[in-house]
Amino acid sequence: MLRALIPLAVFALIGLVLWSGIGKDPSILPSTLIGSPAPEFSAPDLRDPSRTHSKASLGGAPYLLNVFASWCPTCRVEHPILERYVRERGLRLVGLNWKDDAEAGLAWLKQFGDPYSDILYDPSGRIGIDFGVTAAPESFVIGADGTVLYKHIGALTVEDMETRVMPLLQGATP
Amino acid sequence: MKTFWFLFLLALAPALWAIEPLDFADRSEEVRFQKLLRELRCLQCQNQSLADSEANVAGGLRQEIHRQMQSGKSDDEIKAFLVARYGEFVLYNPPVKQSTWLLWFGPGAILLLGGLALVVHLKKRGQPATAAAASTDDW
Repeated sequence: MLRALIPLAVFALIGLVLWSGIGKDPSILPSTLIGSPAPEFSAPDLRDPSRTHSKASLGGAPYLLNVFASWCPTCRVEHPILERYVRERGLRLVGLNWKDDAEAGLAWLKQFGDPYSDILYDPSGRIGIDFGVTAAPESFVIGADGTVLYKHIGALTVEDMETRVMPLLQGATP
Repeated sequence: MKTFWFLFLLALAPALWAIEPLDFADRSEEVRFQKLLRELRCLQCQNQSLADSEANVAGGLRQEIHRQMQSGKSDDEIKAFLVARYGEFVLYNPPVKQSTWLLWFGPGAILLLGGLALVVHLKKRGQPATAAAASTDDW
């Protein structure tokens, strides 16, 4: 009888809705920035405050913008991986020292190594707001023309570097 | 009694540490600020509003919203500023559009379907042809 199919149909419908949610991490939000120009910024360098960085001064070649802070434990996880890619693969790595204290940030770099070519110092977190940063670490692949090509939330792994970051950086090279 | 009040006030202290002090021109501005914060989601601990969250990023956003309010921005302008950076997820009341139809109308549709099924079922039960079946249900 047709009536007997009703519970089955309801079950199938509920199953379909729940199935579509499996494997999705609700804490990962799509970035509104990807594919659009990176926000304008201007910040002193953490290591040499007399130098000022801006979107224009860093442009010209693609780079990975890495949001880090001395208070961020997960940053220590990805740090050796980033360092290795700078050393072995010539990764252009720009830091964004976010909501940190300059002294603590510099001490952290002394302890764990400093692979950054330039470091934006953003103690108030204002630049982070413009980039839509919710927590450290986060990383952005910025193209030579200043377009945001990719956003990664959380620690970068070797797999992330190989499958997403490096292909985008190499593809972005004119 | 003194000890009681001392302990009572001490127990309230964490509530003061959670929210950084901000200056307001008058009471109505503070009410407007608090109302706006409750409509915005903290991006780090996603089931808390910006008003409740102690997350690092929430404190920074509260200060930024306060600063924009002081410079005369309207609630809608501040929301647009946040949506441009963090996406529509930041709003607890997302706008009605095609991608949010299921969210807005789904529960109503399910209620309607369930109600229809119930009506159909009850009508069938009321018919005399099912009297025999009804007597076995009667317990």
